[in-house]
Amino acid sequence: MNRKKHWYDYLWIVTPIYLGLGFFNILFAWLGMIFFCLPLLIAIFGGSKLYCNRYCDRGQFLSLLGGRLKLSRNKPTPRWMRTKAFRYGFLVFFFLMFFQMLFTTYLVGAGAKDIGEFVKLFWTFQVPWHWAYHGTLFAPWVAQFAFGFYSIMLTSTLIGLIVMVLFKPRTWCVFCPMGTMTQLLCTLRSGKAPAEGCASCSGCRR
Amino acid sequence: MPSKRYAAVGKHCVACGCCVKVCPLSAISIWRGVIAQVDREKCVGCGKCARECPAGTIELRDREVGA
Repeated sequence: MNRKKHWYDYLWIVTPIYLGLGFFNILFAWLGMIFFCLPLLIAIFGGSKLYCNRYCDRGQFLSLLGGRLKLSRNKPTPRWMRTKAFRYGFLVFFFLMFFQMLFTTYLVGAGAKDIGEFVKLFWTFQVPWHWAYHGTLFAPWVAQFAFGFYSIMLTSTLIGLIVMVLFKPRTWCVFCPMGTMTQLLCTLRSGKAPAEGCASCSGCRR
Repeated sequence: MPSKRYAAVGKHCVACGCCVKVCPLSAISIWRGVIAQVDREKCVGCGKCARECPAGTIELRDREVGA
């Protein structure tokens, strides 16, 4: 079945463009704040996961590679990966790493630490990335944040790609921290989800 | 004549919307960003959503006789 294509069906292109721009100039990593703020704003003020459902560039990118280009094995996501414990555990871990990155940015801003011109993959491996930093008009902490943020974006994209190949195209969505967070916000806003099987009455929509 | 089976969404739904995109009859929607919801009247139990679901939380169930 061919559905009519909309402009937002092509947002997958944003992922390679974003990562590509960060390869040449790390300051472009700041654009990633859009991917952080937009889902939260939509969940808080709109009460939906419209970002995940429609506008998520990474989700579309993984669907394209795993689905249309058939790079995914299409095997079921492991049971442990689907548990709430893993989802929320990964969210907490992600936040801890995020705050550590913010602390490093603070140290650079306070002059207690030199800027680290590298990208940290999987929160462990330091990959040289000095060519993407040319010294700018901005304060060093601005670039430090960009290096840290780009590390997070690149690492999460790589994890998404790995689980896409191993399991289903969008297995990343199962434990995506942004998805978990927005679903949590929507649940807090809307209350308990309707019991399975109530769809036919649509009473919840009135 | 209604189909013998229909898709049922389990509690581990992450509301990613993958099922919505593949449903040929637009029988699935996301309820307030919390969970996918299947319109049983429209669902023909083709199973496309179950195959697509990354959380593996959609299963096909038999309709009750007379339902």
